[in-house]
This record gives sequence, C-alpha cells and structure tokens, in this order.
Amino acid sequence: MKITVKLFAGFRDNRFKVADQDYPEASTVGDILTALDINGPELGVALINGRHVLPDHVMMDGQTLSLFPKVGGG
Amino acid sequence: MDKIFRVNMTDLTCKVEQVPAEYKTLGGRALTSTIVASEVPPMCHPLGPNNKLVFAPGQLSGTPAANSGRMSAGAKSPLTGTIKESNSGGTSAQQFAKMGIKAMIIEGMPKDDKWYRLHVTMDGVTFEDASELVGKQNFDVIDAMNAKYDEKIGVMTIGIPGENRLAAANISVKDPDQKIRSHGRGGLGAVMGSKKIKCITTDATGAGKVEIVDAEKFRAAAKVFAKGMLDHPVTGEGLPIYGTNVLINILNEAGGLPTKNFKYGQCDHHDKVSGETMHDTIAARGGKTKHGCHAGCIIQCSQEYVDEAGVYITSGFEYETVWGLGINCMIENLDDCARIDNAMDNIGIDSIEGAVLIAVAMEAGVIPWGDGKETLRVMNEEIGKCTPIGRILGNGTGSVGTAFGLTRVPVVKNQGIPAYDPRSVKGIGITYATSTQGADHTAGYTIATNILKVGGFIDPLTKEGQVDLSRNLQIATTAVDSTGMCIFVAFPALDIPEVLPALVDMISARFGVEMSVDDFVGMGSKILKMEKAFNTAAGFSNEDDRLPEFFELEPVAPHNAVWDFTPAEIDEVWNF
Repeated sequence: MKITVKLFAGFRDNRFKVADQDYPEASTVGDILTALDINGPELGVALINGRHVLPDHVMMDGQTLSLFPKVGGG
Repeated sequence: MDKIFRVNMTDLTCKVEQVPAEYKTLGGRALTSTIVASEVPPMCHPLGPNNKLVFAPGQLSGTPAANSGRMSAGAKSPLTGTIKESNSGGTSAQQFAKMGIKAMIIEGMPKDDKWYRLHVTMDGVTFEDASELVGKQNFDVIDAMNAKYDEKIGVMTIGIPGENRLAAANISVKDPDQKIRSHGRGGLGAVMGSKKIKCITTDATGAGKVEIVDAEKFRAAAKVFAKGMLDHPVTGEGLPIYGTNVLINILNEAGGLPTKNFKYGQCDHHDKVSGETMHDTIAARGGKTKHGCHAGCIIQCSQEYVDEAGVYITSGFEYETVWGLGINCMIENLDDCARIDNAMDNIGIDSIEGAVLIAVAMEAGVIPWGDGKETLRVMNEEIGKCTPIGRILGNGTGSVGTAFGLTRVPVVKNQGIPAYDPRSVKGIGITYATSTQGADHTAGYTIATNILKVGGFIDPLTKEGQVDLSRNLQIATTAVDSTGMCIFVAFPALDIPEVLPALVDMISARFGVEMSVDDFVGMGSKILKMEKAFNTAAGFSNEDDRLPEFFELEPVAPHNAVWDFTPAEIDEVWNF
C-alpha cells in the first residue's frame, strides 16, 4: 500500500522530508519506523490526519504519517 | 546579607531594608506577587502613584545552578488590570542576586515632568537625569549606557512606547551579547514609564558570590539537575538545534496552529517559517544556531538570525513571535519576520502582543494581510513613534478590536492569546481562560502533554482531563517561576524523576532550610491563590475566566473544533 511519510526535525537527517513509499498491507506505525531505521524510544509524536497515534496503529492505504522526534518549545 | 531596595520616586529616595523573615526563602514570582499583593491597593490605577513595580531575581539566580538566571518583574498590569509577573533572561538578574538585592520595589511617582535613570550599586540607588535618553529606542539606550560605563553595565530600559505608557510596552533587558531580552507580557514598560524611569543601570562592582548555606548538598543536587537537562531529548537536543520554533510544524500537523487571526488551524506556507527552515537558513548564512539568554544556560535554545550577507538581524526569535507574524499575520518571508522582531525589541513592545495585535489590525484592513514591509513600517513609524494610530495599536490586541468594531479578537482579560488554538488544543484554553495573568501559554503549558507527549498524553481534542492538567501545571509553573529557572526545565522535570527533587534540594541548600517537593508545590499553590485573591479584590470574578465568544461560534479546521467547556467546568480549576 502507498503511504506518504513526512519527517520533521532531526528525523530528516540522512533521510528525507516527505516521501511516498510502498509498505506491505497492515503495516503498523512501528513497522514504518523500523523500515526507516528509527528506534522506538526516539519517537516523540506520530500523527495521522492531525490525530496522535501509537506505534501499534495499523496504517491504511493512502494515509499520510507525520513523524517527530522528541521536541518542545513554547 | 540580602537586602531590599525600596525606591521612592515621589521624594527620590532609596531605603535599604532588611529582608523580612517571611520573605527569606522566596524569590522570583513568589516574591514579586507577595509584595504586590501586600503593598499595592488592588483597585489602584496601574499607571497611578499607588502601583508599584517590583523586580526580584529567582531563588537560585546568581548561583551555579544551570539555567537559573532569570528575573521576575511584577506590578498591577495596565493591559489586564490583574496582578502581573513577567520574567526575563539577560544579565540583570544575576547581578542583583550577586549584589544581595533580594528585591527592588519602585513606588510613587515624580511630581515634576523630569525623566530619571535609576543607577543601582551595592550601596543603593541614585537618581540620574535621563533627559538625554528620552526619545531614544532601546538599542540606542544600551549603546549610550555601554559608552558611558562599559559593556558590563546591566541595563533595563523602555522605548518610546513605554515612555508613552502604551499597554503593550515591555521592559527590555540587556543580554550577555548586548542585545535584548524582555519582561514582555502585560505592559510593565508602561508602569516603568508612568514612574518616569527611562532606564535602570546596574553596576555590580563589589558583588560577591551568592551565599549558599549547604554548599555540598547544593553541588550534588546541581549535578543531578544539570544531567537531567542534558539527558532529556527536548532540552538536550531538540531545543538547542531547532529552537522553540520547531513547534510550527508540529502544531500545523496537529491542526492547532492559529492562522490568519485564528481563522484556521493549519497554514499552507508553514514550512517557509518553520524551525527546520530557520535552522537551515541560519546555518547556511553563517549565523549562530545556538545562543543562551543568560550566563549559565545549558539549553541554548536561542539563536542569532542573520541576513544573506551574514549581518545580524535579530536574536531570541521565538516560536510565538514567528507564529504571530509568519502564520497569524501571513507574512511568509522569514527575513521580514526577523526584522519586525528586532523592531519590537528596539521600540520595546511585547513580541507576542505585538504580533497578535497586528493580525487584528490586518483583519481591520489597516495593514494588508501578509505585508511584512508595511508591518515593519507600522512598528517603527506608528507604534514606535506613538502616532494616533500607533497608540490604538500599541495599547494591545483588545484596543485594536474595540477601535475597529471586530469580534474575532483573541484576548483573555485583554491580553493577546498566543500560538496554540484553544479549540483544537483544549488544555491550553483552560490555562488561557483561568490564568491570573490573562491569556498566557507559559502559565500552564499543557502543550507539553496535549501535543508533545511530555509528562504523559492527554488527547488535545477531548475535554476529559484538561482541567486537572491545567491546574497542576499552573501550580507547578508558579513555583518554577519563583526559582529563577527557565521554564524549559519543566520538560525534564515532567519526565525524569530525579530532576524536580534536585531543584528543590538546591533551594533547600541555598537557604539552609528543609524543603520537600510537596513544600515547593505548596508554595506554588499558595502564591497562585494569592494572585487570584488580588484579582478578585481588583474587581475580577470567575465570569472573567472565559474565552472570547467567537471560539464557541466558529469551528476551526481541520478538526472543526469549537470551544465547548461550560463555565462550571472551567471554574473547577480553582478547586484546590
């Protein structure tokens, strides 16, 4: 299935900013992190359609996944 | 021995007073709010002779504790009519602390029309003629004081809007690089202007070290504390690299980025002004991506933003300012935003209020949407010179909304709402509504838990848990604002169990008292209630703890969220 992955902050280093990628059906957020060589504890926030999702969230074809490392400000 | 300087502007005297026993372990917000609450008549006019302007370094300011170099300023606010505490980095806090100045209380008002510069030394305060400084903006004042003394001189100054008592005027504080940090929110620059004080210079000659009663305990705790700062990914890595502006993209993705005067929750051009873009731009141009607002900062979230030729434009270019200009005013050119930020530093207005009021002025048709050049002109030539339209703008977001008959006017208690939409990040809406300070994100930063997943996670779009979250953070923040610490210490404190006890141990060791984490949080709770009581005596009620009506009437994309808390639900914040 096709997933658009958007990476932010340090996750972009040596990877990409945004990319359309193919993943097996029923891939989870965690599977995509593994494919991107991002360790689970590095993940700050994962968002789909503006909603927070957990690593065990099962992706659906055509979705956009936004991944952030642990960041803050304010 | 610590002392209090009591400066009387009516008879131009300074008394050096002993620190009352009940103030001994206080500092920062706890001390300014305690003094304001006990000495300022709540119904007084904020710009009249009965208001007092109080400066107090934090409990740990001037010590070797990492990130402890902040000063609190307090008064009754001319913007909100409430009690106000606004804290800032810069060099003055550590100077005051090392000089043993627990607080400086400025009261009264000169009878004549003369302007003064307060000159603070170990011995007290002298009243210098400031007629040559009047009419100058902040960077010129700093240059003049550096020339008169040297670059070590501490400077706190107001620009022309402060002289003219505009409610968005701030107090600007010289930082270690001769640039500016600000007691930004709430119009404290107008209070300083009302007392005819153009500038406060601090000569720390003769200052020693801050006394620490139990040096060994302090050292051990300071080490644990600093390790927590460096170990936590937000303070150790995210903030130093990208600065606070890293939030643009995450708020945009979450649908909580107020756009075009709070009309939308996402912005198409977000990446043009994002923290990632800003970092890459600064790095490519040879600017500084890291910078501290005070000596001893180990987070270094600030930066020096330069132009294409590598020439300095601004520093301390924070998320809320970039959001306000780049997203809420639709100014897509980051260089324009940086120049406007620098102009706000120079003329001395709060860069949050300044950006929020410009968006309302754009809604009113005073400035075209997205016009950075015209916004820069308005800052320098209208607000900066206090023309009639400049006064309408410079009195804040609420003033602009009233003058132009608008309803989408994002304020609570007349203070502009910052960079997080309360409809789609509901916890921060509770903080905006109920803070004793008017709308203020830092007063109880639920973004940590609603958006960033620091300190757990509470879904930003549901009502459940938000009131408890906001209450707990408002209490904890009141305590942290008293320490002299940067509020960003809260990120590791929320996630790493050793950090908060280490912070409290440093305070215990500093003053030689036994203080538990519960005692520390209890101090926050007590001060917050004291501030609320001041506001009640000043005429405020729970009915003032409400968001503007448009948040209930206008759903915000992409979640089509509205503000849907009942008054009774909001009022539960005060149930402690």
